[in-house]
Amino acid sequence: MYEHDVLVVGAGGAGLRAAIAAHEEGADVALVTKLHPVRSHTGAAEGGINAALREGDSWQDHAYDTMKGSDYLGDAPAIETLCQDSPQETIQLENWGMPFSREEDGRMSQRPFGGLSFPRTTYAGAETGHHLLHTLYQQVVKRGIEVYDEWYVSRLAVTEDPDPEKRQCHGVVGYDVQTGEVAGFRARDGVILATGGPGQVYDHTTNAVSNTGDGPAMAYRAGVPMEDMEFIQFHPTTLPSTGVLISEGVRGEGGILYNEKGERFMFEHGYASNSGELASRDVVARAELTEVNEGRGINDEYVHLDMRHLGEERIIDRLENILHLAGDFEGVDGLVEPMPVKPGQHYAMGGIETDENGETLVSGLYAVGECACASVHGANRLGGNALPELIVFGARAGRHAAGTDLGEAIIETGRTEDTEIGEVDTPVAPGAIHADDEAVADGGSDVDDSESRRDATRSDGGDPRSEGASVIPEPDEVVDRAVQAENRRVDHLMEKEDGVQQAELREKLQKTMTQNVNVFRTEEGLKQALRDIREVREQYQDVYVDDPSRTFNTDLQQTIEMRNLIDTAEAITLGALARDEFRGAHWRQEYQERRDEKWLKHTLLSWNDGTPELWFKPVILEGEDKTYEPKIRSY
Amino acid sequence: MSTQTSQETEEAEVESGQAEPHSPHQDRRMQERASKEERRQRLNDERTRESEETVEIKVFRYDPEVEAKQEPRFDTFHVPFEKGMTVLDAVMYARDHHDSSLTFRHSCRQAICGSDAFFINGRQRLGCQTQIAELDTPVRIEPLPHQEVVKDLVVDMDSFYEQMEAVEPYFQTEEKPDGELEEQRQSRENREKIKMGTRCIWCASCMSSCNIAAGDDSYLGPAAISMAYRFAMDEREGDEMKDHRLRLIEQEHGVWRCQTQFSCTNVCPKDIPLTEHIQELKREAVKKNLKFW
Ligand SMILES: Cc1cc2nc3c(=O)[nH]c(=O)nc-3n(C[C@H](O)[C@H](O)[C@H](O)COP(=O)(O)OP(=O)(O)OC[C@H]3O[C@@H](n4cnc5c(N)ncnc54)[C@H](O)[C@@H]3O)c2cc1C
Ligand code: SF4
Ligand code: FES
Repeated sequence: MYEHDVLVVGAGGAGLRAAIAAHEEGADVALVTKLHPVRSHTGAAEGGINAALREGDSWQDHAYDTMKGSDYLGDAPAIETLCQDSPQETIQLENWGMPFSREEDGRMSQRPFGGLSFPRTTYAGAETGHHLLHTLYQQVVKRGIEVYDEWYVSRLAVTEDPDPEKRQCHGVVGYDVQTGEVAGFRARDGVILATGGPGQVYDHTTNAVSNTGDGPAMAYRAGVPMEDMEFIQFHPTTLPSTGVLISEGVRGEGGILYNEKGERFMFEHGYASNSGELASRDVVARAELTEVNEGRGINDEYVHLDMRHLGEERIIDRLENILHLAGDFEGVDGLVEPMPVKPGQHYAMGGIETDENGETLVSGLYAVGECACASVHGANRLGGNALPELIVFGARAGRHAAGTDLGEAIIETGRTEDTEIGEVDTPVAPGAIHADDEAVADGGSDVDDSESRRDATRSDGGDPRSEGASVIPEPDEVVDRAVQAENRRVDHLMEKEDGVQQAELREKLQKTMTQNVNVFRTEEGLKQALRDIREVREQYQDVYVDDPSRTFNTDLQQTIEMRNLIDTAEAITLGALARDEFRGAHWRQEYQERRDEKWLKHTLLSWNDGTPELWFKPVILEGEDKTYEPKIRSY
Repeated sequence: MSTQTSQETEEAEVESGQAEPHSPHQDRRMQERASKEERRQRLNDERTRESEETVEIKVFRYDPEVEAKQEPRFDTFHVPFEKGMTVLDAVMYARDHHDSSLTFRHSCRQAICGSDAFFINGRQRLGCQTQIAELDTPVRIEPLPHQEVVKDLVVDMDSFYEQMEAVEPYFQTEEKPDGELEEQRQSRENREKIKMGTRCIWCASCMSSCNIAAGDDSYLGPAAISMAYRFAMDEREGDEMKDHRLRLIEQEHGVWRCQTQFSCTNVCPKDIPLTEHIQELKREAVKKNLKFW
């Protein structure tokens, strides 16, 4: 068993920042990550980091823009924390050597971005994420922080208690991708999940292949609620054939969107008469699809994004990377032709429920970055607000896990007096998950193993109400038992000789999500998606791994990931079905307006003994010294 | 147990034949011309290919643990061809539809994570950045030469990472601006100077293409030296640190090993002028020594 004070799962921007912060507080910290840190998807971020750094700007303005952008579904304490801490965290990156773009006077450049009232997006060319990721990793190397790379974390080691709020996380189970060894990692002080987005739930996505929602799904099965999962951001400018992102920086610098008739539709068709191309992402994504649906799209599929008029010099200076992307992945030369673009899945606004210190309701368990939902983005994330989220909340969670007192969090996690229990009108009962599911997917053959019935360990997904729950086990024991359960799961998957393969299921899941849980949503489509997801869940009982090798078995890894995709997809769809209104990125055909009287609240989904439970908690609109009043979002 | 991929392929010979030294400027011009040519060719090919259905790929296979795969071999897969298809798309298709044990690293699909550098038709390239339409078929896909093969297309990256870390790849300066919200100033020119050096995605293509690195395990290699360049030239670190960095790369297995063959510069998917960086560091090192004589 490996042992550390703080374990950080995932080494993208959020995980690296958390590890550095915990290390600075004196903790013995280790990163466990399925990819080598520099391979993390943060490296793909292009546009920039929002930070109120200059005269004429203020964190309050940043907070106001973010609240408005969120369509009033963000929690003010989280948003204000983001905007207050971002300037210092951004400067910190610069002080660590990050090569930001520069003004004549040598200061960092900033540019306009969608939904911002001030050009506060601080950037490094059109490859901000690459530089941020590498700069943070360099600091990890400098400090000698231990990194277990190509270790896949597949389960949390959490104590068993019928009440999730009384559970405690003592570590994780990882498996070494290179050798196939399953091992326990004990965390004396805390586990921080920083596993990134779940984009692979969709087939047209800007996200990496490794973004499979592992963190949220593991936390969910350990009893932590998933929050606001229905809010998926679709980015308006992705390349049609691959989903590769063309940064919002292009529109920020003055890029123009045209339809097939050469009309500048954002203005001419009245989608955003003031901001045009720089309206917020949900608005632009819907506008593009409406153009396509009404027959003004190009090849019935996409629209054009034109940056030629910006001139070669400016393009090379600020958007050079875009030229490479358009050339390599779409065969288009952005200097001489417009680029084809369409909306694609981009970001998950929802995730693991946390407070503004990154803490979840299970003690000792934290979540930060895209896998978490401290609720800074609400119903729609502003471009350039995710990178500050990584560094701000990464740093806070790292410090908190290492024992620093950050003060009482204002956001409450878990159920409170204000909690309201929800119901979803679904085509199948929410609990209709095959009984063998646990045995297969979670390895917990607890059903036929009488020894582990008395198991005081709650391996994610196990029955929290089995006997012996009152015995408080030693932390090591909790981790050991989780390792045993994981070994059983892996053995089961490896020993099964025939059945269905994960690739087939993945394709099916991605297809239905893209078809039915996309930018435009209908009740019938959502129900269809739910039926399909549950069919996939049924079929997953029969999944097997064909590759017999323990060495670098990506078949096995993807099969484990597949289970996480199923849980994540179901949560997204259930949330979308429950929310009968139109807010931010969530548009419903039957309900084309925002319904503040009913829906100024978060959707939460909890795993209760294999049955997803839906409930709600109110949005917090009271900030430090003002209350954000919901207003109509016009751009 | 592990094996080394055979460099004795026809393609490998072609590649070493190209390793004639010429200036980076010439190089770039040649590349530009070649890529225009390629594009024209590709458009032509696309038209012909529309009638064809599949593309043939030959993929290197090896697994130390599985009896049938202990002897390295090539497997042929036929993959339906679509416009815009990359080599990575093709191997993913082969894995998902033909053989789920086919193993390779990949993640971002957009040339930024650096994990899918393979030896494709005799040249180091990123699978995701390489259009099938631009290649001769059957497309031959092998692991990076000169690295130990773990399984199929997966190579052991440890020695590459060690070299990267040997040059102290992190910012070090004593002088930070006063005030929490003050950034260090950096001129545009200086940022421009280090820019290419900051683009490295750690794909190890350059290391794999380098004859010197192949013969000398301790040679820092082009990526690590270019990383050192990126820091040594960064005006924010100051002169003292620069001297320290020059000493690091001047050691026995440092810059002086480079024989200016340009193979690294030719394969770098991020167009980093590696050889230029190495040459400039050599010059700086000489200048520094002169100062002390
Ligand atoms: C193309 C693109 C462009 C973007 N541009 C911008 C931008 O300009 N500005 C902005 O603010 N935001 C941008 N975003 C959003 C932002 O980049 C992401 O939200 C953010 O980088 C996510 O960082 P992260 O640290 O949470 O996760 P990631 O960087 O995805 O890292 C996840 C880490 O978790 C590890 N991991 C995952 N699962 C496991 C497991 N089971 N076991 C072990 N390790 C695991 C992975 O190895 C990886 O290290 C962009 C996103 C994309 C996709
Ligand atoms: S310098 Fe170029 S080829 Fe070498 S590792 Fe970096 S990106 Fe790859
Ligand atoms: S998959 Fe990331 S570089 Fe190719």
